[in-house]
Amino acid sequence: MVDVRVISKGDDCLITIDGEVDASSSIHLDEAMQQAVAMNARRILVDCKNLRYISSAGLGVFMSYIEELENKKTQLILFRMPEKVYKVFEILGLHQLLTIVDTEEEAKI
Amino acid sequence: MRSYKHIIRLTLFLGMTSWLTLLATDLIVLFGKVNHLESGIPEELRIVLLEIFFVSLFFYYKFITGRAERVNFIDLLWRVFATGLLATIVSLTIYLFYQLLGNSKLTENVFLINFFYLIIFGLVAAFLTSTLMVWKQLILYQKSKRLITLWRIFEYTLLVSILLSFFPLNPIGFLYDMVLLVLLVLGLVLSVNLKWVAYLDFRQKWKSIIVMLAIAIFLAYFFFDLNRFSRNYGHFLPLELQTSLYIAALFGFTFIYSLFSLLVILFNLPTSSVFEQKLEEVINFQKLSQSTQLGYKAEQVYGILLDSSVKAVFADAAWIEVDDSASKLLLTRNVPEGKLDLLKDQVADDAVRQDLSRALPVRLLGKEYWQKRKHHQMLKLPDYRSVLSIPLVVKNSTIGRMVILKEVEDGFNKEMISIITTFASQACISVENFQLLGETLENERYKEELKIANRVQRSLLPKKLASNDAFDMAAFSEAADQVGGDYYDIYRINHHKYIIIIGDVSGKGTSAAFHMSQMKGVFHSLAQLDLTPDKFLAYANSALSRCLEKTSFITASFFVVDIRQHTIAFARAGHCPTLFYNKKDQQARFLESKGLGLGIIRNEKFNDYIEVNQEAYSRGDMVVLYTDGITEATNSRKEQFGYDRLRCFVEKNADKPPKAVQKLLIEELYNFCENKTLDDDYTALIIKFK
Repeated sequence: MVDVRVISKGDDCLITIDGEVDASSSIHLDEAMQQAVAMNARRILVDCKNLRYISSAGLGVFMSYIEELENKKTQLILFRMPEKVYKVFEILGLHQLLTIVDTEEEAKI
Repeated sequence: MRSYKHIIRLTLFLGMTSWLTLLATDLIVLFGKVNHLESGIPEELRIVLLEIFFVSLFFYYKFITGRAERVNFIDLLWRVFATGLLATIVSLTIYLFYQLLGNSKLTENVFLINFFYLIIFGLVAAFLTSTLMVWKQLILYQKSKRLITLWRIFEYTLLVSILLSFFPLNPIGFLYDMVLLVLLVLGLVLSVNLKWVAYLDFRQKWKSIIVMLAIAIFLAYFFFDLNRFSRNYGHFLPLELQTSLYIAALFGFTFIYSLFSLLVILFNLPTSSVFEQKLEEVINFQKLSQSTQLGYKAEQVYGILLDSSVKAVFADAAWIEVDDSASKLLLTRNVPEGKLDLLKDQVADDAVRQDLSRALPVRLLGKEYWQKRKHHQMLKLPDYRSVLSIPLVVKNSTIGRMVILKEVEDGFNKEMISIITTFASQACISVENFQLLGETLENERYKEELKIANRVQRSLLPKKLASNDAFDMAAFSEAADQVGGDYYDIYRINHHKYIIIIGDVSGKGTSAAFHMSQMKGVFHSLAQLDLTPDKFLAYANSALSRCLEKTSFITASFFVVDIRQHTIAFARAGHCPTLFYNKKDQQARFLESKGLGLGIIRNEKFNDYIEVNQEAYSRGDMVVLYTDGITEATNSRKEQFGYDRLRCFVEKNADKPPKAVQKLLIEELYNFCENKTLDDDYTALIIKFK
């Protein structure tokens, strides 16, 4: 249902999500996040270009890392998020806690 | 069955009476003959009496003889034997009586001779008829339509032959010969039906041989005895009964059949053990295949398998070793004390050695290969020279092996290997079925548990919604699984103030259901404090932060409805924006506001993200609360039901009462999803102001 990849790029860690993150596939996202956090990267960039749908369980994954990343001074930046998916983040209020930008360039600033 | 009893009684009575009358008339006729007097009894009367006697016997035995399906063969044969024995003893006693009297005058007494003759004759006729009927049961043991027809023809011809006695036929006449020939040929054809022999076991065959031999001897003896009587005293006897066509045919047929049976049983003796073996294999096979229904445990099934296999191939030693995740099991039969481990090693070594000699790349195939293959070969062991090793495969994985050892070389022929393989696979199927059955039962139990959970959860939602002068309500909630994480509730704080909540726990299923019940606890604890929406959510966040799982959160919308001031104050904790329908404008709009889900920030910072808004309502306005299960419901084209569709629906149906709106919404939703099952919990709460 979903294909999540973690790539290390110097100080950054890039996660690409392809597909739908629902209650069952959110485990893969969680694994990827764990992996990324373990890398001790300065920034974790999440490419959401092909993220077509995210359920509350998927949102729960991002939410659960907010505090840990804050403590580790690691930035979590989501970019290229489709509008429909952004709306889901927005309704929950997560857009206020996460950095969500439009382009990859913006993410890398 | 009742009517049979009547027939049996009637024929017995008729038979006795006709025989006694026959005896009386014979003696009277004889008396007349001796004294040169006319007795006045016509010849026909005696023939009729004789025929009644034969026919009575015929039907008496026809109905009294049990069916071979229900009666043991040996019992049937014993019954014939007993009748024959009785007749023989009587006949021999009479013979002895004559021998003892020597040349006494009494031996020449025609009345006595006639009396004895009729006794013997009656007994012989009874013996022959009973034999006929028992043979019938044996012949018809495995019926076919053709066979039954043939037997009927034979029976009817026999009955006709009784009636033929009416005509004073010359025993050497043409018709007599023809009918006798037809009967004997029919009897001969029928006599090849000896299938019952195959069902006898070895001991039964021996018994049958002895009984059949005795019956054949009886038949021969009676034949000669009756002939002796008529030769010696023929001129005294008013009737020479053995010349009756019926009796002659019976003698012929019964003798032929006993002779055939005797020979066939004799020739069947050497192979009977094989037949028994096969029969036992079938029974064992049945036992294995029914073991699940019989409630055997896996261990018992393996036990049956091992015992059946040992018997089927006359094994000298055997064992079954099972090691699956559930259990470890070792069953042995006749394996010498303390030798098992040695034998196991030797069998495994031998398998590997054989593979090497066949130049098979056994190292490449590895242990797995040896585990799966079946083999039999010569062993270089002092005690055992052949081995058959069968893997036991349950649910596509080898869980163990059965190893069978024999002392002789090449101890397993093709049939043995195939029967053992069949046994083993059947046993494995049984074990598999057994496991599946267990799993099914367990699943059933879980389902029951979930049903209970579902019932409990339903009771957590308000059973009765408030309906008052100010507003009407309707609500529905459906979980994608048995239990879900959606929650709504209403609480009356005082006579003019109500609080309403709708919530949605992240995720779904059991974990969501637990959090939902916590949410209810929080709601009812805080409800009584008469808090403002933002304070309420702040306390709720604080309470839930301590009990929610790390990745879980709850979205909620909280409302305070003041029916005196006609206002709604509300705050949104990350929940889907509430839909508000304004009757005056005839338009619905989503009440957008800032907010954050409960449990996302688990400290006071949460309060910064919550804002309170207020709306005034008037008569006919409507508030629709819902969870994302409704807006995110998708159809087969992956389109979502969405906010716009929901808004249009509400605008279109705003004039209807809440209950009707609720029903139509469910309908609309299912039509949109093309009736496929929804994969998220969905809830809606509709409030219409009066």
